[in-house]
Amino acid sequence: MDSYYDPKDLPKFADIGEEAPELAKKFFDYYGAVFAEGDLTEREKALIALAVAHAIQCPYCIDAYTQTCLEKGASLGEMTEAIHVTTAIRGGASLVHATQMRKIAKKLSM
Amino acid sequence: MSQKTAPLATAPDVSAEFSQRPGILPFAQTLVEHGLDLIRGETTTLQINLGFLCNHACRHCHLEAGPGRTELMNRKTVDAVVAYARRERFQTVDITGGAPELNPNLGYLIETIAPEAPRLMLRVNLTAIAQQNTNYLLDLCMANRVVMVASFPSVSSSQTDAQRGTGVLDRSVTMLAKLNALGYGKNGTGLELNLVSNPTGAFLPVAQSQAEKKFRSDLERKWGISFNNLFTFANVPLGRFLTWLIDSGNLDSYMKKLSAGFNPCAVAGLMCRTLLSVNWEGYLFDCDFNLSRGVYLAGHKRHASEMEGLPRPGTRIPTGNHCYACTAGSGFS
Repeated sequence: MDSYYDPKDLPKFADIGEEAPELAKKFFDYYGAVFAEGDLTEREKALIALAVAHAIQCPYCIDAYTQTCLEKGASLGEMTEAIHVTTAIRGGASLVHATQMRKIAKKLSM
Repeated sequence: MSQKTAPLATAPDVSAEFSQRPGILPFAQTLVEHGLDLIRGETTTLQINLGFLCNHACRHCHLEAGPGRTELMNRKTVDAVVAYARRERFQTVDITGGAPELNPNLGYLIETIAPEAPRLMLRVNLTAIAQQNTNYLLDLCMANRVVMVASFPSVSSSQTDAQRGTGVLDRSVTMLAKLNALGYGKNGTGLELNLVSNPTGAFLPVAQSQAEKKFRSDLERKWGISFNNLFTFANVPLGRFLTWLIDSGNLDSYMKKLSAGFNPCAVAGLMCRTLLSVNWEGYLFDCDFNLSRGVYLAGHKRHASEMEGLPRPGTRIPTGNHCYACTAGSGFS
């Protein structure tokens, strides 16, 4: 194995059903339903998926949802803004914990 | 479309350079495996390609049109094509290029062919028509109710300009606003303005209904622009786009994507079944893509001046692996 992540592995995702077909079917049916047009458009759902993919830093997901976003008509501007949302939430999640730091420091300090 | 009734015979397969790509079945074989044959139906549209001269050198252009091209339909050929249209009475005449506006015979063509065409379409180049010194062409189009069809790949300037050239989005928007002001794309005027969006890279187009909804909303919100319909088409792996696919290392994955998206139901509605394409010299082809490959109508070189009648329904259409671009997903009709 040259690398833990190989783009050629992505099309093999469906093979996961070989060992547990019923669970895989439930998962993929659910997955398909989630991304179908609903109150959110397919383009909007793809942008959310792209943002989440960056949050969890999944290279398979980043590859797949970059392509999906483009094929659903998202612009590079929209895709970039979506990742800034990821960044803001991830960064914000760190920064908001400063309230704990400040609370503890305040208690310990004169 | 018909169920296959005869062996594949004389129509040449122009897919040689694609056929050998790993994992790609030749298009002709895919048709056979689905029990299909690509044959001509009733021909209703005459597409006139006025030449390859263009003010842009778009990276997705299958004709490799550009500022350096000199091929332009002359007046004598225009007369021959109009005479053919007069003999056969096509329901639709579709004028394209290059940039048709850069051919000095465009006005003459519109004037002479409009009476012969119930529906006359112009694949307008927004920046080229904006550069005209007078309103002659615009006035002519309005007077003849010419349907304007404009390339507008994306509402993003970075993506549009990457495909068509620096500053093209801004100049296109300015011209669209002018067309709107003249009544094009406005309800009740009878002046139809349609947009065409090709992907700005090696990916498939957005579903047409979704794209139209988004473009309508974005164009209205950003620039107050309206239009009638939006069409989305896959880029065809020929000409400059093919070169880009090869240079960027995207050819194999793009061809796999196109061939994996083969939709047998799309074959019945393919434009090549009802369209006749004529090049700047007056020779006839089954579609603009076979025109770019130099593969003549049903494989035989014929000039519009010597064409008697319409192509016979049932005639086999020459195919190649570029045809996958027209059959992926909902197809290119």
